[in-house]
Amino acid sequence: MNDVVIRVGWPLMLVWPLVGWLANGLLGGRLPRTASGIIASGVAGASFATALLVASAYRGVAAADAAVSFPIPLFDWLGAGRLTVEASLLVDPLALVMALVVGGVGFLIHVYSIGYMADDPHPSRYFAYLNLFVFAMLLLVSAGNLLLLFVGWELVGLCSYLLIGYWFDRPAAAAAGRKAFVVNRIGDAAFLLGVFLLFVALGTLDILEIREGVATLSGAERRLAALLLFAGATGKSAQLPLHIWLPDAMEGPTPVSALIHAATMVTAGVFVIARLDRLFLTAPEALVVVAMVGALTAFFAATVALRQHDLKRVLAYSTISQLGYMFVGMGVAAPSAAIFHLVSHAFFKALLFLAAGSVMHAMHEVIDMRRLGGLARPLRQTAGGFVIGALALAGVPPFAGFFSKDLILEHAFAFGLRTGNYLPYALGLVTAAVTAVYITRAVLLTFSGPPAEPGARPHEAPPVMLWPMAALAVLSVTGGLLGASVAGAPLLRFLDGLLGLVESGAEAAPHPPAGLLLGLSVAAALAGMLVGWRAHRGRRDPVLGRVGVFLEQRWYIDALYDRAIVAPGHTLARWLAGPFDLGVIDGAVNLVGRGLGALGGQARRLQTGYARQYALGVLIGTVLILGYWMLRW
Amino acid sequence: MVPSFAYLALSAALFTLGAMGVLVRRSALIIFMSVELMLNSVNLAFVTFARMHQSIEGQVVVFFVLVVTAVEVVVGLALIVDIFRSRESVDVDDVDLLRG
Repeated sequence: MNDVVIRVGWPLMLVWPLVGWLANGLLGGRLPRTASGIIASGVAGASFATALLVASAYRGVAAADAAVSFPIPLFDWLGAGRLTVEASLLVDPLALVMALVVGGVGFLIHVYSIGYMADDPHPSRYFAYLNLFVFAMLLLVSAGNLLLLFVGWELVGLCSYLLIGYWFDRPAAAAAGRKAFVVNRIGDAAFLLGVFLLFVALGTLDILEIREGVATLSGAERRLAALLLFAGATGKSAQLPLHIWLPDAMEGPTPVSALIHAATMVTAGVFVIARLDRLFLTAPEALVVVAMVGALTAFFAATVALRQHDLKRVLAYSTISQLGYMFVGMGVAAPSAAIFHLVSHAFFKALLFLAAGSVMHAMHEVIDMRRLGGLARPLRQTAGGFVIGALALAGVPPFAGFFSKDLILEHAFAFGLRTGNYLPYALGLVTAAVTAVYITRAVLLTFSGPPAEPGARPHEAPPVMLWPMAALAVLSVTGGLLGASVAGAPLLRFLDGLLGLVESGAEAAPHPPAGLLLGLSVAAALAGMLVGWRAHRGRRDPVLGRVGVFLEQRWYIDALYDRAIVAPGHTLARWLAGPFDLGVIDGAVNLVGRGLGALGGQARRLQTGYARQYALGVLIGTVLILGYWMLRW
Repeated sequence: MVPSFAYLALSAALFTLGAMGVLVRRSALIIFMSVELMLNSVNLAFVTFARMHQSIEGQVVVFFVLVVTAVEVVVGLALIVDIFRSRESVDVDDVDLLRG
């Protein structure tokens, strides 16, 4: 019975949003305006419910803590030479956790969108994209082989592009969509190369077979494959040096930022590393790179968030920073902790974005914090939600972010004990303090003090937007119990059976002093909040001098890319479009044309128009042919 | 009996005469007559060969040639008449619409 539920339910979970996408995409214009959102939310909810059913059935099948992988073959997809690919899905703890997060948070954000997009002239297009995204993300997490996973990977990228540029009549939105697409393409190329490498080395794309086959790879192959896949992950998950698209992605509607650019899609890179954890865990050199890139990104993005004025951009850099933590978790060989942080981050960051969306909704699209302020009173529920999200982000106990971030830091410290490399831990701890500073600043500038523009009449969001925020607020408060040791850490035990190495050497390594680290984490968070409070009390915003400019300019990385890549690219494109196209391409075509014209000019002289000349030609020709045949004979 | 060689020589002479006429004369009617001369020289050759090989095929072909010639004369003369009507001339050098 449970077996049937899993085998039917798992594909069914994918069908729901696909149906919603088709309904909204094909019939959207003919449906009543309010129907689009209800259909979209309904299928997202159905998908989530199906995932819950499968999860409970899975618990019934799998023994208490053992991880069982259910491959679900669907059909033969394609075959060419040595390559045969089956469209197959995979049910295991990792896929279930991801599907529940995508389905659950996705459902809440669909509902929120009904209110947020109420004034949009064409909500059906928006909801069709959103449903397609849910389908693509679920496909990505439930795929049983790397090719199907890659289809989901590219489809979420497509949806991201479509939704960032949803208001395509705004040049900034269209440009941001393009930027996201192009930057992701760089990572995707590396990702594909990694997949190719695994196929060449192992002759299969099936995830279970790859898990088994990793041991047969040589060290260099493992290292290269891991690094290539990680390069793909840096594109999708906005890590250094491919992080630049995510802040611009805030041009899209805010629920999109919450769902795609905070809670789900950007975590795809983390997910892929967890998916192929055997590969990464047996390539320690690549893992160090993952940890260092993650730690640097976490620190870099957190400092940049200190000096951004756009509330959504602060949250975007915060997302980059938190994704950095997840990669640190992966890099220090603690995939379960990274996934735990992924889950809790999905809760509180979605909450923060939805609250920011509610602010935008109330303030008529104003999101510049210099023009906000004093919103705590008119937007009491929104402010409450934002503060809860902020506390969770800052890592204040007992909110969700505290447990997951602390767990990663603990593993990072253990990594230091093992290898002597304490940099990931140190950067992580400093980042925790900086995180508390910038989110305190965001709270104070947005909600405290007198309003910057007293004329505005902010109004609280409708219930359809408040309820999803309330649900996420509850999750942000209680989500930590999923991984807290006091509650038995159900999520971690669920994942640990699957993730991590079987022959773990962790027992031999010295245990980190957990109590001390916990104290340090809490101290960092509280100190950060205190600093933030003192610096920004009363909506003051000290500019921090040259350092502030450096941070406001995002460490000049964007400027560097503009100078080094974008500007030369433009010059090259202009040269190609102008001199090269007109001169060389058109020149070549014209040269051929002129040459043939000249040839024709010579050839036309043969046509004299004298019938007798033609007759002579016929005669000579006949004589020649006859002569030839006679001589041969 | 006259030897076959004489017939063939006459045929070749007539053919050459006709070909020369086609090439050097300007009047469409003369050219036309020259073409007829060439066709008839071919007929003579066919008949001669038929007699040499004691076979009927050569004579049969002659009938075909005669029929085709008759048709050709009809079409050709119609063309010449039409050209004369429009141009008041049957000089083939005047008809040079195909000159490049």
